[in-house]
Amino acid sequence: MYETNYHRASSVSDAVKLLKKSEDPKILAGGMTLIPTMKQRLASPSDLVDITRIADLSGIKVSGKTVTIGAATTHFDVATSEKLAKVCPALCSLASHIGDPHVRYRGTIGGSISNNDPAADYPSAMLALGATIITDKRTIPADKFFKGLFETALKEGEIVTAIEFTAPAKAAYSKFPNPASRYAMAGVFVVKDKDGVRVAVTGAGESGVFRHKGLEAALDKKFEAASVDAVKVDAKGLMSDMHATADYRAALIKVMAKRAVAAAA
Amino acid sequence: MGIEGIGASVLRKEDRRFITGRGRYTDDMVVPGMKHAHFVRSPHAHAAITKIDTKKAMAMPGVIGVLTGKELKSDGIGNLICGWMIHSKDGTPMKMGAWSPLAVDTVRYVGDAVVVVVADTKQQARDAAEAVEITYKVKKAVVASVDALKPGVPQIHPEAAGNLIYDWEIGDAKAVEAAFASAAHITKMDIVNNRLVPNAMEPRAALGVYDAAEDHYTCWTTSQNPHLARLVMSAFYNVAPENKLRVIAPDVGGGFGSKIYIYPEEIVCLWASKKTGVPVKWNSDRTEAFLTDAHGRDHVTHAEMAFDKDNNIIAFKTDTIANLGAYMSLFSSVTPTYLHATLLSGQYNIPAIHCNMRAVYTNTAPVDAYRGAGRPEATYSVERMIETAARELGVSPAELRRQNFIRTFPHQTPVIFCYDAGDFEASLDMAMKAADYAGFPKRKAKAAKEGKLRGIGMSCYIEGCGIAPSAAVGSLGAGVGLWESAEVRVNAVGTVEILTGSHSHGQGHETTFAQLVSERFGLPGANVTVVHGDTDKVQMGMGTYGSRSGAVGMSAVVKALDKVEAKAKKIAAHLLEADEGDIVIENGELKVAGTDKKVPWFQMALSAYTAHNLPAGMEPGLKEGAFYDPSNFTFPAGCYICEVEVDPDTGVTEIIQFVASDDFGNVINPMIVEGQVHGGIAQGVGQAMLEGAHYDESGQLQTASFMDYTMPRAQDLPSYKISTTVTPSPSNPLGIKGCGEAGAIGSPPAVINAITDAIGNNNLTMPATPLAVWNALQAVK
Amino acid sequence: MSKIEMTVNGRKLSGECEDRTLLVNFIRDNLGLTGTHVGCDTSQCGACVIHMDGRAVKSCTLLAAQANGSTLTTIEGLADGTTLHAVQTAFHENHGLQCGFCTPGMIMASVDIINRHPGGLDEVTVRAELEGNICRCTGYHNIVKAVLDASKKMNKGKAKKAA
Repeated sequence: MYETNYHRASSVSDAVKLLKKSEDPKILAGGMTLIPTMKQRLASPSDLVDITRIADLSGIKVSGKTVTIGAATTHFDVATSEKLAKVCPALCSLASHIGDPHVRYRGTIGGSISNNDPAADYPSAMLALGATIITDKRTIPADKFFKGLFETALKEGEIVTAIEFTAPAKAAYSKFPNPASRYAMAGVFVVKDKDGVRVAVTGAGESGVFRHKGLEAALDKKFEAASVDAVKVDAKGLMSDMHATADYRAALIKVMAKRAVAAAA
Repeated sequence: MGIEGIGASVLRKEDRRFITGRGRYTDDMVVPGMKHAHFVRSPHAHAAITKIDTKKAMAMPGVIGVLTGKELKSDGIGNLICGWMIHSKDGTPMKMGAWSPLAVDTVRYVGDAVVVVVADTKQQARDAAEAVEITYKVKKAVVASVDALKPGVPQIHPEAAGNLIYDWEIGDAKAVEAAFASAAHITKMDIVNNRLVPNAMEPRAALGVYDAAEDHYTCWTTSQNPHLARLVMSAFYNVAPENKLRVIAPDVGGGFGSKIYIYPEEIVCLWASKKTGVPVKWNSDRTEAFLTDAHGRDHVTHAEMAFDKDNNIIAFKTDTIANLGAYMSLFSSVTPTYLHATLLSGQYNIPAIHCNMRAVYTNTAPVDAYRGAGRPEATYSVERMIETAARELGVSPAELRRQNFIRTFPHQTPVIFCYDAGDFEASLDMAMKAADYAGFPKRKAKAAKEGKLRGIGMSCYIEGCGIAPSAAVGSLGAGVGLWESAEVRVNAVGTVEILTGSHSHGQGHETTFAQLVSERFGLPGANVTVVHGDTDKVQMGMGTYGSRSGAVGMSAVVKALDKVEAKAKKIAAHLLEADEGDIVIENGELKVAGTDKKVPWFQMALSAYTAHNLPAGMEPGLKEGAFYDPSNFTFPAGCYICEVEVDPDTGVTEIIQFVASDDFGNVINPMIVEGQVHGGIAQGVGQAMLEGAHYDESGQLQTASFMDYTMPRAQDLPSYKISTTVTPSPSNPLGIKGCGEAGAIGSPPAVINAITDAIGNNNLTMPATPLAVWNALQAVK
Repeated sequence: MSKIEMTVNGRKLSGECEDRTLLVNFIRDNLGLTGTHVGCDTSQCGACVIHMDGRAVKSCTLLAAQANGSTLTTIEGLADGTTLHAVQTAFHENHGLQCGFCTPGMIMASVDIINRHPGGLDEVTVRAELEGNICRCTGYHNIVKAVLDASKKMNKGKAKKAA
């Protein structure tokens, strides 16, 4: 790792100030991706602004159907939240399968979505839930937030402070993990609500997380696993690597979609 | 057997330090003034070095030295060598290319060490390493073994024309051809034994300390055989003469073969310590380990097996290309030849066998022995072939094996080995019963109803352990003898120290070697200490690999114990005024048989050292040493049965049960033996389903971390059902055969036979990842 | 450079290090507690697992500075004097270790797993929960046994029946 300067922010405004002052800063929001990347010398921020100890960035609020999760809330806290489990158990389940127990204690939802790893789990949930990403400056709908591989709508120095969504009637996430890294090789988050069905796919797309209109249309007609059978999932645009070819990923998307629908229904 | 004697599951004495965080591994060592090394490694698989500029790096903060291969060579440090000479079938010796610890003008694989930087801290050394300017002229690379022999491909070493190291054969080709001509059925297969990365959890490390005042070197290193390291570094690499070099292998965090070899880094740390005047420590990170630890396996084979009309095997032939990587590692030459082809008879009576073996250079990491070393490759070929033949012939795989088993011993195979003991049918029956083999069709039908594909596969393996005797291996090309040495030191108050040249890096020697003393003298294990891993403490040794510590290392202890016992009895007889022949040793006492006359062990020992009242002419003291050279290999064997369930939608395979029935001869500590089997099976299942080193066409290692190389995790594996049968080995005094590698040898074919049975497609290459299984399923859809 | 203060194994300690210093290196090099190991660079193997403010974390994926002010327990601090923790005893009695390198992280992770499952554990859960710890020696068989054994003893026999 190259030398860096560590700062612990006491508040969001303090974090904003620290980011402004620094030459090439990065937000440290758990560091489960950032620290390994820095260890490999593939990232070399001049300054790190640690936001995990800002008290009001952590925590889960549920009021009626509205769920608000602070950006620095850990995967463990999402996975084990009883409040959240009552209205959207799918998100608890998703969080309980990110990384491993030690990673879940440190990794945060804000860090995960800001990083937008194409194989991360949370982006699919945000997209399928139609969540809103709240930053220190504005609110961004999930559909506009995820911009491709490791790219988001965030501007320089902008900090995700929370995410918010309306708990759906039905939802489930089914993931096929990469055998080595355990990141998603195909992860499908399915939501059924009064507005219809939303299906978001992670781990598979060449440009990161995406919604699958074909699956959504078929499941809109009838929300059952069998509806997936007739849908064509095109291998074009899907990633191909030594662990999974595009064809295999296409097949897995259908299987994961069916399993998610079965779990949600 | 006493509660701590032979055959008892004594809990491990060494555990306490590990479970409390007090283990002492090489990277834990700190010596005054110690500095840190970082190696600048080739980013290219094949390139000429045209310029090295170290000026900028030298000026970086904390830097003490930046050293190159030219300086190393001018100081007379030698090239790394392969210590086992193999001759091609035309009589010419193998073609060994030069391997300098730091590359001088050519780099031959990604990770080849070029420059070493020594600095105050690890991070500073790494910072400065980035400032070393090396100019390369990149050449084309050869990666796959099957490409290495093609005309027109790049030449990797000037010494090896066409990248061919040797073209070796064993067996009677004419007899094989004659048998094939008369065959009623021939099974043919192309078989790939996938390349693996050993991945001991402790990465390699070395600490070199040069003492200018004494002109003496000390090397702490992650080694399975510190004495061999000292020998090779002295005799071949000219680091220092043996009397000026102490090698210490303290606690070592697993080896699996990868820590047998002497690598460039420990040589360079010692040399750099003298050069810079400071102690130099290096420890590998995981990616460095992936790039530079010796890999394992990597065979591509065409095999054919011939049967007569009654389904008896009448001949077997294989033609293999073995990838040895960019340089010949210490024992790389023997793994594909004498450790592989000699086991192609498996457990079967095969009258004619022939193996042709071509070893080639490629621009990949060196390949050498990894847990099993050649025997997994042989077993995989034999057991995939016989299972496939059974399917082709429409007979039970179990019964085809049974029909062809060797039943009388000794049995001379056509490929050197003489099996001295075994009962293959006993293992088969025990495993089939434990696996409820007969009930499989019912379970398969039930799984089918649930949409799952169930399969069952078996493997009847045999291996050769405890390579020996020295004279025989010498005649086959070994550069060293394969004995072991031991010393038993009885202290004045009767406590005992066993000094052994075997090295424990997880095998539990501190417990099992002590059990030999408890058994013999009835002393509590707490009174016995096992000393190993330090060339200054233990005079001689050959180390631990090839499942040899029990069969060879313990036998040396037994020989030394014989001498101690004889002298102890003489002293006791003198003290008790009895006949030496009447003395028996029980429960820590030396007694005159049939009387109540006795002397406690500690008192006898004290007498040996006070020497006030010893038999006339007897030397004081009670300390005996022995060298042991076995008369033959040992031949552990067994039967493994694996049952799997495949999800046809995803290709995911779950192991439903894994049954192992092993014959390790006599067992010293069943708990430890079971642990060895568990670990071996896990590595075998890893090879079969998860692990594979993958290089791209340019020679970049694509699986260079745990992010891409699938290590078996708890969730990937089942609990194992294991049991043992016993036919004692006649070739050592304890009758033990060795258990360290069996699991890794026997399991891969059992797993693949099960998966191919489940999916109905025999064309499946390891590792059978979900992708590979899914692809195989699509092919037969 | 940062000044780091933390409570480690019950003792208040402080030291100075570069901001880029990983917590595991601070523990090993500055504090001399070498029981915590480094087995990979990608936070997968878990040889570096310690407890930070009561949670099992990978000390190779944290900066020492992030742990400033925290309370840490490493493998060296798990036993109560010479009395071993139940998980340490279980690893010994079930032969849950061979080379010992992954063991400190394995034990620290197992303590956390058992703490999170006061109602007891079954084999499937233990295997899933050990996802962040890699062992190359034991094939996990005896590690799983050890965790189940310790869980039973720590939770007074409330082991969940296997499904």
